[in-house]
Amino acid sequence: MPHNRPYARQGADLSPRLRTIMGDRVRKDRQGVVLIEFESVSKRYDDGTVAVDNLSLTAANGEITVLVGPSGCGKTTSLRMINRTIAVTSGRILVDGDDIRSVDAVKLRRGIGYVIQQAGLFPHRTVLDNVTTVPRLLGVDRREANKRGMELLERVGLDPHLARRYPVQLSGGQQQRVGVARALAADPSIMLMDEPFSAVDPVVRMGLQDEFLRLQQDLGKTIVFVTHDIDEAVKLGDKVAVLEVGGRLAQFDSPANLLSKPVDEFVEQFIGRDRGYRALGFLPASELPLQDLNATAIGPGAKTFPRSGSLRAALDAALTSSDGRAFALDDDGTAIGLISQSEISAFIVTKHAAVS
Amino acid sequence: MNDYFSYLHDNAGTIGGLLRAHTYLSVVPVVLGLLIALPLGAIADTKRWLMTPLLATAGALYSLPSLALLLLLPIILGTQILDSVNLIIALTIYTVALLLRGVIDGLGSVPDHVKLAAVGLGYSPLRRLFAVDLPIAVPVVTAGVRVATVANVSLVSVGSIIGLNGLGELFTRGFQTNDYNMIVTGIVLSVLLAFTLDAIIVTAQRLLTPWARAAAGAGR
Repeated sequence: MPHNRPYARQGADLSPRLRTIMGDRVRKDRQGVVLIEFESVSKRYDDGTVAVDNLSLTAANGEITVLVGPSGCGKTTSLRMINRTIAVTSGRILVDGDDIRSVDAVKLRRGIGYVIQQAGLFPHRTVLDNVTTVPRLLGVDRREANKRGMELLERVGLDPHLARRYPVQLSGGQQQRVGVARALAADPSIMLMDEPFSAVDPVVRMGLQDEFLRLQQDLGKTIVFVTHDIDEAVKLGDKVAVLEVGGRLAQFDSPANLLSKPVDEFVEQFIGRDRGYRALGFLPASELPLQDLNATAIGPGAKTFPRSGSLRAALDAALTSSDGRAFALDDDGTAIGLISQSEISAFIVTKHAAVS
Repeated sequence: MNDYFSYLHDNAGTIGGLLRAHTYLSVVPVVLGLLIALPLGAIADTKRWLMTPLLATAGALYSLPSLALLLLLPIILGTQILDSVNLIIALTIYTVALLLRGVIDGLGSVPDHVKLAAVGLGYSPLRRLFAVDLPIAVPVVTAGVRVATVANVSLVSVGSIIGLNGLGELFTRGFQTNDYNMIVTGIVLSVLLAFTLDAIIVTAQRLLTPWARAAAGAGR
């Protein structure tokens, strides 16, 4: 998908009123926006099963939109309809305002990064040849493709020595990194990621998630990410779409709202336990009223939390410290104040009252 | 023993000619058979409903007795009974019958997630077949090619019963004239030919699929 659609020009020609209506879109488009819009999209199979039921949502430019839900909720189907590896039954999907069916499917796919579970690496090709797949398909010459491929390997945190290895010689986590590098190779503006981190163990998964978020901060791709793991969804998503079995969209919201205001019983159940506590992860610790240090030193066993971090980190530090108090640290790691469990909960109570 | 070596020495030219003919008659059907079985298998891989009838036909063809086929083909094709084309066609039919399953299994051995990734990254169906599916199918297909080649080496000998060139001639004439030198030479050369061709195929496969050895080395 070319991402240089002439929206900026369109925006300039618009009447002031129309510009206000389209405001957000025009502004974003000037920065080379890539929106993915589902317009009443449904997928019905011949046997009558409905995989996706009248789905409407917008994956915003430069953001990670997570589709999450139990198996059979149509999340993977929804994702695969974007690159047309599954055909839409009714409704439309727009990328950049264009119906995806207006472009040849093969061309469309080469412009969209695609990462899947188990990585889907080509076993008969070296790591580097895997990474350079799409540039080579697009006709980039081998030397240039390889140069970019090596840069990408480094970018996703892989040792350049692995370039000549075959996928089977890598660990699961390394294979997933190659999968991500391969999806990024032609610098697409859109990335589709289908449970990319599900097949690796929890520790590796956490590392991959953190690095993925760091990478996305640099790259600012428009990402649609599928997972069955609500914790992953809440951690990675700018917006999270919770889907129900039968392909109905239950809630489309920010992670914080999802945790604090689930719209119905299904969403509440799906989010699971401790959602109140987990919601604290999205509230800043910066407004906590700290006590002066008064020369209190950080002794052994004392717990600390970053002032710029979340309430969850602060409360956790206070709950696990021996005297029920935790030290706040500034960005340089210097202690700037103290707070107790009861003060944190009092703060949460006032916050909560203010919100509701 | 000296007798035997002088026999070899005296008949080197004839034996060499028979060996060449035998090799030609064994190898050409494998090449032709592969050229037919690959597209057939690829079609069966995409049009699943074709798979059962294709494999059933292949099984039926393979069960045809070779001698009967060799006598029938000239009648069907209108060729001379001593034309080596008959043998080549007969062996090609057997090879296709043997290789078809291998090709189908080989293409089936491509993991679903790999196929999905290939489609999702933007391979057209034909390009995916040549760049992804067929290369991954090579080890499984090669196993079939080895069996077919060795089977052909032994089947070419049958051709000599109806008078076709090949090492089999050393058996038929050897039995007729009670010449054990001929028979032994025929057997030894047949076995050596089968071994050599097999070794060539294995080497070719190793060169074509360095990744398969990497997989074995990784212990998975």
